[in-house]
Amino acid sequence: MVSSLSTYLFYRFLQAIVTFFGAMILFFFIVRILPGDPARILAGPEASEEDVAKIREALGLNKPIYEQFFIYLTSILRGDLGTSIKYGTPVVNEILARLPYTIALALVAEAIAVIIAIPLGVLAALKPRSMLSYIASLLSILGTSLPVFWVGLMLIFIFAVELRLLPSSGADSPKHIILPALTLAFFLTGNLARMTKAAVLEALSSNHVVTAIAKGLPFSKILVRHVLRVSLIPILTIISLQLGALLGGAIITETVFAWPGIGSLLVDSLFYRDYVLAQGIIMFIVGVFILLNLLTDIAYALVDPRIRDVLWRVR
Amino acid sequence: MEGKVALLDRIREAKRRRLKEQWNVFKSNRLAYLSLFILLFIALIAIIGPLIAPHDPYEFDLSKARSPPSLEHPLGADELGRDILSRILVGARYTFGVSIVSVMVGASIGTLLGLISGYKGGLWDTVIQRVNDVLLAFPTILLAIALVAFLGQGVHSLVIAIAVSSMPVYVRLVRASVLQVASEDYVVAARMLGLSEWRIMVKHILPNVIAPVIVQLSYHMGLAVLVASALGFLGLGVPPPTPEWGAMIGSGRIYLFSSPHIVFFPGLVISVTVIAFNMVGDGLRESLDPRVRALLRRW
Repeated sequence: MVSSLSTYLFYRFLQAIVTFFGAMILFFFIVRILPGDPARILAGPEASEEDVAKIREALGLNKPIYEQFFIYLTSILRGDLGTSIKYGTPVVNEILARLPYTIALALVAEAIAVIIAIPLGVLAALKPRSMLSYIASLLSILGTSLPVFWVGLMLIFIFAVELRLLPSSGADSPKHIILPALTLAFFLTGNLARMTKAAVLEALSSNHVVTAIAKGLPFSKILVRHVLRVSLIPILTIISLQLGALLGGAIITETVFAWPGIGSLLVDSLFYRDYVLAQGIIMFIVGVFILLNLLTDIAYALVDPRIRDVLWRVR
Repeated sequence: MEGKVALLDRIREAKRRRLKEQWNVFKSNRLAYLSLFILLFIALIAIIGPLIAPHDPYEFDLSKARSPPSLEHPLGADELGRDILSRILVGARYTFGVSIVSVMVGASIGTLLGLISGYKGGLWDTVIQRVNDVLLAFPTILLAIALVAFLGQGVHSLVIAIAVSSMPVYVRLVRASVLQVASEDYVVAARMLGLSEWRIMVKHILPNVIAPVIVQLSYHMGLAVLVASALGFLGLGVPPPTPEWGAMIGSGRIYLFSSPHIVFFPGLVISVTVIAFNMVGDGLRESLDPRVRALLRRW
């Protein structure tokens, strides 16, 4: 069993690395093969031929493609994402400087979502025809349908413009994190509550719970020991996937609230046509995404013996 | 000979009955049914928008800039005094139209690749799946942003970006269904009859794997509206002054403090559109998924 588990983990790890480099290679070729000259697009429509040539040289786009590819791959292996055109500093430094903001926002938003969604989901599952269950469904529909940027702006309008309770943008005080975190939490809550409801419903109908009820155990005991414990695994998975998506930077939310995280840095870099910085951030986000998927799978395999077996059989 | 005709008639009759049953199940979900009409209405606007717009969506009049809703401008005027209602009506073809077209393109290519990958197997499968895994490693909105950023602005880039970022899901979905279907008796029979691979794939396998694709299409079009308008909001979508819904919010947001109506109405329209797509998706899932349908029939 141990050997099969470690073999699975090894394969899964290898697969993640292959996917990461695959993504980097694909990205390299997409940028170069698609119609349009990146140097021309970056320079903007008004730039002179001379400026375009200058940008092309600065990015190494004038070199033959195999040489570009070699330089590209070796610098990724060294962990060097290049030097930002706008700031003149290493891209890695820029990302690291913004990372704490993205992490803080992700954690606060997820915390709010967990506090609201888990009790809501559990209650909705226990009383499927109650008002709370209806609210959970509604939140889930709105959370998958409303545009993030619009919800963010509406919250700014309500809390910053009309009520004058909270600051609308920036990151000058701890108060500044509330609105962007609420915006994100709105979208996380619906999804998490729905998943919690589904997980609890499934646990409620499983054989061991039916047995526990038949044995006449008190309901509170059944709920905590038999239902919540089983439904915890899918819930934790969703939370970790949500956090993963957030750690890649909530691109739009950060932009709406001028929150200085990775996501708004990406949008700024595109705005300034800082191709190197944009490419570095995209690589970083994809890396985080792949890493978190890997960690989730590993955690899954370690926690749940049933899944452990299935995973192994599949691979 | 007569027996064969009678049999074909009975098959046709059975098909018609199944379609009718599916339609009845769909209709019994009132929200889905209503949403379908909302979407048809928006589609109509996307086609005839410029004809029914009360004002020219591009004509600006600074004297009316940011004026609130009135009789002349039911939804108010934007930061340049352009009529918001007219801009929303004309913008339908950009946000809604572009989303539908791009998802159709992405889904068609994805379905084709999924068919090939699942039916042909071997090297085809390996190559398609590896590339697909890589595409799935990109979060949707990031992939779309990256593509648009390096393709330059415009409707074409937007279509390519949304098509490419929605494609991988279909490849995976169709491949999985094909693997289930490929060993069924009727496929084996078709192969023994010596039909060409293409014919088997398109005539015998495709109709049996298409239901989950149709369900996914509806959800995906809703997602595409969100992605397209988000790109517009960020200033990466179709360039100004095109009245794309997201771009309207993006350019109006700095006036949020004094004139929230500029931001409010386009966002409301986006929300209603996406909710409708999701509701229709739910209805389609109920009526096309045989397990759900059987469950509903019992009650």
